[in-house]
Amino acid sequence: MIRVRSMLMTMAAPILAVALAVLITTVVLLAAGDPVGRVWGTIFSEPRPRNIVNIINSGSVLYLSALAAAVGFRMGLFNIGVDGQYRIAAFAAAYVAGQAWVPGILNIALAILTAMLVGAMWAGIAGLLKVTRGISEVISTIMLNAIATALVAWMLRSVAVPGSNNITTTPIPESSRVPGMALIPGAHNEIYGFVFLAVAAGLFYWVLLSRTRFGFNLRATGASESAAVASGIDTKKMILAAMLISGAVAGLVGMPLLFGDSYSYGVTFQPGLGFAGIAVALLGRNHPVGIAFGALLFAFLNEQANALQLQAGVSAEIVKVMQGITVLSVVIAYEVVRRANRAAEQRRVAAELARARAEATEVTG
Amino acid sequence: MSTPTHEVPRDETVTRSRFSWGWLLIGIAGVILALGALRTVTGADDVASAGTMGAAVRAAMPIALAGLGGLWAERAGVVNIGLEGMMILGTFGAGFAGYQWGPWAALAFAVFMGTVGGLIHAIATVGFGVDHIVSGVAVNIIGLGAAQYLAALTFTGKPGGGPTQSPPVERMPTFDIPGLSWAGRELAQTDLVFLTDAGAVLAGLTTRVSLLTVIGLACIVGTWLLLWHTSFGLRVRACGENPQSAETLGVNVYLYKYSAVLASGAMAGLGGAFLVDDASVYRDGQTGGRGYIGLAAMIFGNWRPGGLVAGAGLFGYTDALRLRRGGESVHALLLLIGVGLIALAVWWLWKRKVAQAGVTAAFGVGLVVLHLATDSVPSDFTGMTPFIATLLVLGLASQRLRMPKADGQRYRRGEAG
Amino acid sequence: MSDETPVAVRLTGIGKRFPGVIANDDVNLTVHPGTVHAVVGENGAGKSTLMKILYGVQAPDSGTIEVEGNQVSFSSPADAIDVGIGMVFQHFQLADNFTVLENIVLGAEKLHGTGERARRRIRELASAYGFAINPDALVEHLGVGARQRVEILKVLYRGARIIILDEPTAVLVPQEVDELFDNLRELKAEGLTVIFISHKLDEVLKVADEITVIRRGTTVDTVVPADVTARDLATLMVGSELPSPATEVSTVTDQVLLEVSGVGLVDPHGGRDLLTDIRFTIHRGEVLGIAGVEGNGQSELVEVIMGIRHSPAGTIRLAGREISDESTTRRRETGIGYIPEDRHRHGLLLDSPLWENRILGHQTRPPCSRRGFIDRAGARADTERIVTSYDVRTPGIDTHARALSGGNQQKLIVGREMSGDPVLLIAAHPTRGVDVGAQAAIWDHIKTARRKGLAVLLISADLDELIGLSDRIAVMLRGALVGEVDPRTVTPTQLGSAMTGAEVPA
Repeated sequence: MIRVRSMLMTMAAPILAVALAVLITTVVLLAAGDPVGRVWGTIFSEPRPRNIVNIINSGSVLYLSALAAAVGFRMGLFNIGVDGQYRIAAFAAAYVAGQAWVPGILNIALAILTAMLVGAMWAGIAGLLKVTRGISEVISTIMLNAIATALVAWMLRSVAVPGSNNITTTPIPESSRVPGMALIPGAHNEIYGFVFLAVAAGLFYWVLLSRTRFGFNLRATGASESAAVASGIDTKKMILAAMLISGAVAGLVGMPLLFGDSYSYGVTFQPGLGFAGIAVALLGRNHPVGIAFGALLFAFLNEQANALQLQAGVSAEIVKVMQGITVLSVVIAYEVVRRANRAAEQRRVAAELARARAEATEVTG
Repeated sequence: MSTPTHEVPRDETVTRSRFSWGWLLIGIAGVILALGALRTVTGADDVASAGTMGAAVRAAMPIALAGLGGLWAERAGVVNIGLEGMMILGTFGAGFAGYQWGPWAALAFAVFMGTVGGLIHAIATVGFGVDHIVSGVAVNIIGLGAAQYLAALTFTGKPGGGPTQSPPVERMPTFDIPGLSWAGRELAQTDLVFLTDAGAVLAGLTTRVSLLTVIGLACIVGTWLLLWHTSFGLRVRACGENPQSAETLGVNVYLYKYSAVLASGAMAGLGGAFLVDDASVYRDGQTGGRGYIGLAAMIFGNWRPGGLVAGAGLFGYTDALRLRRGGESVHALLLLIGVGLIALAVWWLWKRKVAQAGVTAAFGVGLVVLHLATDSVPSDFTGMTPFIATLLVLGLASQRLRMPKADGQRYRRGEAG
Repeated sequence: MSDETPVAVRLTGIGKRFPGVIANDDVNLTVHPGTVHAVVGENGAGKSTLMKILYGVQAPDSGTIEVEGNQVSFSSPADAIDVGIGMVFQHFQLADNFTVLENIVLGAEKLHGTGERARRRIRELASAYGFAINPDALVEHLGVGARQRVEILKVLYRGARIIILDEPTAVLVPQEVDELFDNLRELKAEGLTVIFISHKLDEVLKVADEITVIRRGTTVDTVVPADVTARDLATLMVGSELPSPATEVSTVTDQVLLEVSGVGLVDPHGGRDLLTDIRFTIHRGEVLGIAGVEGNGQSELVEVIMGIRHSPAGTIRLAGREISDESTTRRRETGIGYIPEDRHRHGLLLDSPLWENRILGHQTRPPCSRRGFIDRAGARADTERIVTSYDVRTPGIDTHARALSGGNQQKLIVGREMSGDPVLLIAAHPTRGVDVGAQAAIWDHIKTARRKGLAVLLISADLDELIGLSDRIAVMLRGALVGEVDPRTVTPTQLGSAMTGAEVPA
């Protein structure tokens, strides 16, 4: 029963956080003189089928990005570099797929492999720097993000299709595109075939983290590096492994977009997914199911906000403010809940001991 | 008491690096000499021109101010990767007030907006004990979103403005430093190896100096004085080294952490004002990651103001070069850095640090080869300079870097002892 | 005491609750000016909490504090400092990267500034008390004794008239303790009041004018040393005699289980060698104790044997097998149980349930894992076994380790490390910070291990524990083993002087 209560409290945290974010955003809107009612009316209106498809699609992308961040979080590593990793990986995959060295589905496999490898390598640099030189991964991945931006820009210009207005890689041939699924009735657009990639990654994450020895070692290192070392875990190897896995998953982030939507990497390829992923991972508490809810919530807000300009004359960016506040308040809420749970547990232990002592004195006395 | 008194031997008292004017002058002369030699060897005239130097200062100030923001926060034990967001808020503030009420209002409002960003970070990290990185990421998201939202709200429909751009903003007045500016220009006209370059540098630094630059310099000196030469600064730094110990001596740690993080936001906001002043307009995406570069400059400078200024100067200089025949100039710079690294490698070899010497030499030779094998550097690569430089410094000198001991750690009152 | 002289400190009815724990309950304490007043009690009895309340670090839930006749209430240590109270904490509160001067003037900058005047004042104080302290030295370069003197200087600098010392002797060897006591008597002679927290009864009897005993968070009695014996105090403290680690019949055999020869360790930061040419053997059924002032290489020695650090030279053989090049995991599998010196940092995942803590260090072995996957059922069942047979007091195995008391956490660790049939048990400060009940139990487990034929490497700062449990004691100084003493004949004082580098007794 007590566990149920603590679980309920845990569930309450994100709901409270979203409520708080709505409240603060409302204050901001009021202060700015924007039509509060119409803003929330637009955002919380029932999404149309077309919007539902978009929400699921961008949710799956956010989900992958959040998983990448979560792998690091579970062992106390801040991979701020998902942003750079997914872009450089998506570029590499787009280039490889565009060259079509192998036909059809093999081309897809090759591109995904490339993306994972490149993402892992880019994250691996930060891992290597941390393991060999003790450099904080936060700092090195921030630096690597900026380097990736410049590097991709340069490579893109070097390989761009000549003569075209759009600076992009060679489009992926028809035979290597992943068909969408018309699952939502009444929608003209389709759900990415690669939504399954996100689901598979989530399953893999769950099994790896909570059922395998590797996952235990990873979590133990995150919980206490010193205790992990004493228990025989090679934490350097774990840091490297976690960064590589995180980078490989980050490499997948761009794949649904690449194979289901843009078919090439260009200057307009969706930016900023990495930081959104960090936010979603925190919102979902690094749990695969929680992250899924978080990803869908963020995708929902983004999608619904698109209509804000038209419906309420308010810039859609207000949703970013709301998302940022949500992240802060959810982390605060989890912290409050954690302390409450810890206190409750200590009281319970004390009560148990007191009972045991009372029984013991009864027996002896 | 019977305990024998013996003085602690001299070598055990660590001599802290003291600021020395002599070394500073020698350093500056060395840099000028190296740049002059480089200009002569490669013929890349812009590496040491007055124009480049002026631009370098303008590019370096926002970086230095962001770095100063980082310094304030981290010296008080709060990691601040939200500088970028605070800076963005600053640019909006400068644009909003600047186009209506002039440059002084722009400055005040930029500082105010940056401070608001700092307040969010302070409430989350100091007040609620949220992880500093998480809060920083959130502040960046909020800062960007808020600036874009507010810009669309206030600039749309204004003459010359739009959702991503403010109407034109009046700039701070500029002035030439009498005498020095003239002397520099005269010297630069001559054709003497060292003096020409020294003159160009002098002219660049003293001609059309913005009042804002003076304010920025005052912030740097002021920070140094305040943090290292007052009891307020001692307490702030104590919060970054060991807040529990400060608490047991009756220091109100929360107060000092809050003050420092607010100051951090103010500095970042001021950095934003610089960008707006330089461009005469607020533009979406104007910061271009300078908050992060400022953070890099601070780490590059080992969490000290002097080092931070050197880092910001270096990054500002490369940034300025990019705009002045960047391909050629940066290409020339490769040679200088390559040779410099090789020299460093020799020094390390002499110090018997073979591994560092090897890596450094490899990078140095690589850069020299790159210089010889190519004719110019793509502009994309110059943008990477601050980040690669910081990674290199971290990688090669991480043992000598020393961040505040309790940096990034959660502090709660009443847990001391 | 007559009514005219106000008491230095009077605590009345002090109560303080933490979640699930009543740290203090109706504590009454009267300290007379110009005396050394000891507060004794076993680990976890609530002494430290009480002193933190008196120093304003924590606020009491109930009760009143009276200092020199005036009722006061503290909202922060600043208030306590203002009325003339100073405290030296058990864990030193110093900023390593600051100089001695900066550490001392922090928070008291108004007194003598932060510059030359302050420096002069510190020099004056230091020479008045015979402290050899350079105000401009960085604290990180100071040893334990010097750090303690800086802490005392901090208090004196602020002109404190009432000085609290929380377990000041825990980090000192007997000779340093004597020096400290000389200092305390000097302070007393100047009219200062000293409140001295300890759980070491002989020390308390030596230095205190009055002794107040705390038991389970409440004051039991206040006595004068002349009237009581250590045994009386123990009875007041825990309700019975203190457990003794006394040795039983020797079970030492001539079969060598652990053989360390020629092991060394270089300081990665370029200081002097951390370990030099360590060689020793431990036999089946034997307890080898290592005595040494903390920081003389004991932790490093353990880490080298565990494979956490690597010796560039020498060999380590366990049960006839060379393990020098093996990983920590392989060494654990070969049969090493390891009770680390700091259970919070090295022994437990505090925010994980007990059953996950059971897996720690046994990730590769049944019953905790199978073919790369965690065996949850196996781990849980075995945790239940440990909880029962090692008497770990907990509501269940899903409880987080943090919620347990120190003693129960340590019993869990002992139970875990005794699983999987180890041949060598490394116990570093196994009873540090645990209550007497757990202490007795852990001593019993170590004796049992010895009887069962394990080789035991015991490292402890508690010299009675070391002398009581060990079959042999090796003395460690500056990273080297400098001699061996016979625990049957050596006294703590002799051992203490050996630890500081004086003559090793024959």
